[in-house]
Amino acid sequence: MAKASEKNGSSGKKSLKRKAATKEPQEAAVAEDGATERGAQPPKAAAFPPGFSISEIKNKQRRHLMFTRWKQQQRKEKLAAKKKLKKEREALGDKAPPKPIPKTIDNQRVYDETVVDPNDEEVAYDEATDEFASYFNRQTSPKILITTSDRPHGRTVRLCEQLSTVIPDSHVYYRRGLALKKIIPQCISRDFTDLIVINEDRKTPNGLILSHLPNGPTAHFKMSSVRLRKEIKRRGKDPTEHVPEIILNNFTTRLGHSIGRMFASLFPHDPQFIGRQVATFHNQRDYIFFRFHRYIFKSEKKVGIQELGPRFTLKLRSLQKGTFDSKYGEYEWVHKPREMDTSRRKFHL
Amino acid sequence: MAPSAARWNHVWVGTETGILKGVNLQRKQASNFTAAGQPRREEAVSALCWGAGGETQILVGCADRKVRHFNTEEGTFQGQRHCPGGEGSFRGLAQADGTLITCVDSGILRVWRDDDKEASSDPLLELRVGPGVCRMRQDPAQPHIVATGGKENALKVWDLQGSEEPVFRAKNVRNDWLDLRVPIWDQDIQFLPGSQKLITCTGYHQVRVYDPASPQRRPVLETTYGEYPLTAMTLTPGDNSVIVGNTHGQLAEIDFRQGRLLGCLKGLAGSVRGLQCHPSKPLLASCGLDRVLRIHRIRNPRGLEHKVYLKSRLNCLLLSGRDTWEDEPQEPQEINKVPSEDTETDELWASLEAAAKRKLPDQNQTQGALQTKQRKKKQQKSISP
Repeated sequence: MAKASEKNGSSGKKSLKRKAATKEPQEAAVAEDGATERGAQPPKAAAFPPGFSISEIKNKQRRHLMFTRWKQQQRKEKLAAKKKLKKEREALGDKAPPKPIPKTIDNQRVYDETVVDPNDEEVAYDEATDEFASYFNRQTSPKILITTSDRPHGRTVRLCEQLSTVIPDSHVYYRRGLALKKIIPQCISRDFTDLIVINEDRKTPNGLILSHLPNGPTAHFKMSSVRLRKEIKRRGKDPTEHVPEIILNNFTTRLGHSIGRMFASLFPHDPQFIGRQVATFHNQRDYIFFRFHRYIFKSEKKVGIQELGPRFTLKLRSLQKGTFDSKYGEYEWVHKPREMDTSRRKFHL
Repeated sequence: MAPSAARWNHVWVGTETGILKGVNLQRKQASNFTAAGQPRREEAVSALCWGAGGETQILVGCADRKVRHFNTEEGTFQGQRHCPGGEGSFRGLAQADGTLITCVDSGILRVWRDDDKEASSDPLLELRVGPGVCRMRQDPAQPHIVATGGKENALKVWDLQGSEEPVFRAKNVRNDWLDLRVPIWDQDIQFLPGSQKLITCTGYHQVRVYDPASPQRRPVLETTYGEYPLTAMTLTPGDNSVIVGNTHGQLAEIDFRQGRLLGCLKGLAGSVRGLQCHPSKPLLASCGLDRVLRIHRIRNPRGLEHKVYLKSRLNCLLLSGRDTWEDEPQEPQEINKVPSEDTETDELWASLEAAAKRKLPDQNQTQGALQTKQRKKKQQKSISP
């Protein structure tokens, strides 16, 4: 009993506890000379007998202490292992095996059979004759109409204005409660090629409808993380009138190709490199990040960039064949969360 | 290899780029067949039907108003026929007693003599069905009876051997609860075997049953499914149900006796353009704008069997109704017949054997262009903890 109290008394100090731990089996053995079994040690007293886990200790303070001690030991072992590995690598020098690549969700992406092969003739023909063919054959140049949902608030209005500076040859019009199905024939008669509608909810823009005009597909996106120019830190001065370059990253699947082409057809064909402005649509894990930068090459390999314009994230909700007709239109792709989002490693764009 | 193997294809799919694709589900191959050797968007396939003589010939109706004959035994296009008159693409194609029946968007239904000649002779019969036709369907039991329906074009049943007036002209349902006229948009029609009834599915998400034998011209039964236009419909073998698909890719099995929903099928992401059930097996083939052909099993258990990615938008399909889906035993005979192709077939056998050995522990089908639901399920099970 006295020895037990001794143990409890010294539980506050780790070093004492450690010595107590090493002493414990001896003390337990001594104490148990007169006690029940000789061979079986009491589980709590011994250091690490098999089949014992720290969670079985009922005393919270002691349990916590044992756990922190265990954790420190784990950390030490890990550090030692790393050092050892590093030494071995240095010792081997060139013959060292290559470093193992860490697994990321992008690495583990499920094989998608719709990924477009650059040599595929059928897909190439499909793309050469689809609704964007007239843009890519340089027969039409884009003319964009930007509008919002009815009665937009300040953020949305400012986003539209900033978008119109980013996209050349774009015009912002106030919606005035007009039906899109009535706006579209008028746009077509005035030679607009694309219609952008920014949807707003509770004073923030949250959706984007991009409709290619003569009879082209309509894409409906969810928009999030909208940052206007004044909210961007360390930004450059306002963008100039030069036609920006476009970067489309990571649109690999067939659906991704269609969306990528849709974005590309918003901008005029020939970028003016004097302006040094670039608009980027980067797709990662089905989220499309839009950024607008100005770059400058300090040397051949070093670039400085300044973020200029608005920044937002898009996620595709549906791609509809034909111009905007959400009720009776035919959909090429609809995002169905319960069917398509079951795997964390499967992406559609 | 491809020409002789074309007869074993289970599903024939027509695409918007003018390619006719034959899919062999047993060997998991999809092969392209084009009339001109190159895909051409002007030849976009808008209607497919079986030709004369069992399932050896396919009639392919293209957007340039030509009906091409495709021989499945040879795997080649063997002639075409220009069918002018009216505007729009083919909405229905049928074949009866050596005649070809075509119906176009603007409502011109013509019966042509099946000459296989390029020269477009005058049609044997011409009917004006009314503008805005969405579907023309032939009664499988009586080849001279056709039904047409479309947007603001009520269901009409025509007897091609009878008079110029329709045998049955459906009447619109009563005005709705606001006393407004209910619009009509018949997207697909099916004849019920064993009776005179017809079932239509509409663009206003209704499924209606009409009975010409009953005195009322209004639908006998009407049910609704979903909120989106229903674009395709097919009858299930045996059961008293139909499977409908809408523009959002939702497939549903609806009992037309009671008018209730029996169940849904998952998987499609785009608008359903073609649906067909096998006459005896519980299999359903579906194709749509998401460029994938899917084969579902309708019952015990309901689920996806095969999924094939075909790179163009799919417009219509034909499912072969034959009972035996295996065609492997024919292979050795082919090898004996064509010694010059020995190396190719040897390689094929070697790859097949290797695949079989690889898969013995799994007891699954071979890998290839297709994925099966079971393999995906297994993968998912292995990944998730």
